[in-house]
Amino acid sequence: MNEFLEPFERMLEAMSPPAAVRAIEAGEPAGTLWNGIAESGFLDALVPEERGGAGLPLAEVGALWQALGRHAVPLPVGETMIARALLVEAPDGPITLAVASAGGEVVVPFGRVASHVLLEKDGQLHLVAAEGTPTEVFGNTALRVNPAPGAAVASAPEGGLRAVAAILRAALIAGAADRLTSMTAAYANERVQFGKPIGKQQALQQQMAVMAEDMVACRIAAQLGCAGGLPPRFVAAATAKSVTSAAAARLAATAHAVHGAIGISEEYDLQLYTRRLHEWRLTDGSESYWNRLLGAARLADGRGSVDYIRTAFA
Amino acid sequence: MPVFDTLSLASLPDTDEAIRPAIRMIADEAAVAAGTDRRARSWQGYDPVFSRRLGEAGFLGLTLPKRYGGHERGPFARFVVVEELLAVGAPVAAHWIADRQSAPLILNFGNEAQREFYLPRIAKGQIFFCIGMSEPGSGSDLASVRTRAERTSTGWRVNGQKIWTSGAPHCDYMIALLRTSGGPDDRHAGLSQLIIDLKAPGVTIRPIRDLSGDAHFAEVFFDNVDLPADALIGNEGDGWKQVTAELAFERSGPERIYSSVVLLDAWVRHLQATGRDDPATLALVGDFTARLGVLRAMSIACTARLAAGESPVTEASLVKDLGTAFEQQLPGAIGDDLAAHPDEAVDAELYRTLLYVTHVAPSFSLRGGTREILRGIIARGMGLR
Repeated sequence: MNEFLEPFERMLEAMSPPAAVRAIEAGEPAGTLWNGIAESGFLDALVPEERGGAGLPLAEVGALWQALGRHAVPLPVGETMIARALLVEAPDGPITLAVASAGGEVVVPFGRVASHVLLEKDGQLHLVAAEGTPTEVFGNTALRVNPAPGAAVASAPEGGLRAVAAILRAALIAGAADRLTSMTAAYANERVQFGKPIGKQQALQQQMAVMAEDMVACRIAAQLGCAGGLPPRFVAAATAKSVTSAAAARLAATAHAVHGAIGISEEYDLQLYTRRLHEWRLTDGSESYWNRLLGAARLADGRGSVDYIRTAFA
Repeated sequence: MPVFDTLSLASLPDTDEAIRPAIRMIADEAAVAAGTDRRARSWQGYDPVFSRRLGEAGFLGLTLPKRYGGHERGPFARFVVVEELLAVGAPVAAHWIADRQSAPLILNFGNEAQREFYLPRIAKGQIFFCIGMSEPGSGSDLASVRTRAERTSTGWRVNGQKIWTSGAPHCDYMIALLRTSGGPDDRHAGLSQLIIDLKAPGVTIRPIRDLSGDAHFAEVFFDNVDLPADALIGNEGDGWKQVTAELAFERSGPERIYSSVVLLDAWVRHLQATGRDDPATLALVGDFTARLGVLRAMSIACTARLAAGESPVTEASLVKDLGTAFEQQLPGAIGDDLAAHPDEAVDAELYRTLLYVTHVAPSFSLRGGTREILRGIIARGMGLR
């Protein structure tokens, strides 16, 4: 167990309760939450010690990222950790991540609550102001950005920024999956229909068991993604994002199915997590995006499947 | 707090990885001689000569104490050995149950004489075991077993019948779950485990042919079979408790993720040979690769709980259910993929392998506890019911 997780989790518990998450999603200022997190020093978790950071191994930071997902933190905390590790001189304030697309406009998660976007274009990293148009999806903090990058500030990490963002996204999904599973199990034990808690119905238990399997698979996948440090190995990033993205949609569906109508309501907290699961699945490449790349890499390798997966992460 | 947070990424220690080259050499030798569809039999492939070879080379009884002929290695070493054997589809059925379940059971619950007699022979690959659990009226509802063992002046007398007993036609002994007191209404109480010498008078074994033409399981009849007093393993009446502990060994291993891996590799070789690389094909290969990678990590995470001295019954059920679902999905998806390209030649061996795995795949989520039973265990572990 890593020693930083507990204080980090306690801080998020206190500073990012559902009411604060909703307020920031609704456009209220995020300064209080951001400053609190910034003052904790965790934003420099990945910055090497010689540059004044904590120099934590990615495996430990991955657990913090899962905690961010568990608390539906509405700010790009993990993204800023990554940006501050990649840049020798990072600006203050929330930084989010994006990869420029040939199509022009890109959807940048947390863009509405960030001050900067760290953008990868043609193998270079650029810092651009977080400006664009809101997605106009309810509660969504992403921004549609049509970036006009200036001078490069650094080279892109080996394997690309998208792979780095993918393991963050995998960890966030794993954290939200964990919270959703606990919430759903608790609800199934409380909600009484036909004279007994619905959690006593076998049909529901079977669905909940599958939910637990998906949740644990997400956790292990996220840990695999983070196990080898920064930048992640391609197979680790692809595996982490593929498995968590595929599970994200199933997890959200089961959580809603068990909760019934109350889970669809805005005032109930479930939506804070299920909306994020869908958003994160669509961000930094879905399961099929990574599966295609991983499939090509696998077919280029003449060994058996067990040897391939056995050596791909270490 | 996280749910099921006992399952967390773990890695195989270097000392256990170190045995991989030696076991690989033996596994490859056995595999190279067999066709793909033979190798796809995985842990159903029976070859007593190969099992004795493994025993002589020190790869059986890995976790047993040295004084019983074992090698005092942990569950991680066993993971490496089993992974290497299954990766190429080496024929491991003969010693499989004895090594995986019977030996740990005898070590944990047997008396000293039983340990000294059975364990060294298991570790040498000289004696093979099967497990007598299911009966005609007792499948998932295991506590309803009716086959009885009555005390006699010299020991025990067994009457009744077991069914679906894997390996029975080839085995020397059965460890059977029997009723030693009370009736089916007493459920978990009154059950005990006895070691039955399958050559004893009154034992009749009738092989059952399965839908692939193999006859690896059997009906076993007991007609006034007299057993010595020391046939009882553990305490009389503790059978249920002992069986439950045993199932954690049975459900957590790499055999719950690799049953279709020989087919997967044969299909990958087919794709490599044809050079087919459209997006749908690549996505399917990638999906299998990613899921197999995570399942392996989950299986190692579960092995780490065993290595820590725990009995991870719920965790093992979780890995098994997810693993067998993956194993079962492979033949369906690969069949669809190949048949979606009717102008591509599929060689005879791949075709046989595909249909063999397709036909036996339903058994993956039956053996060792059905999907529904496992999900019930997981739900209970989540605090439901």
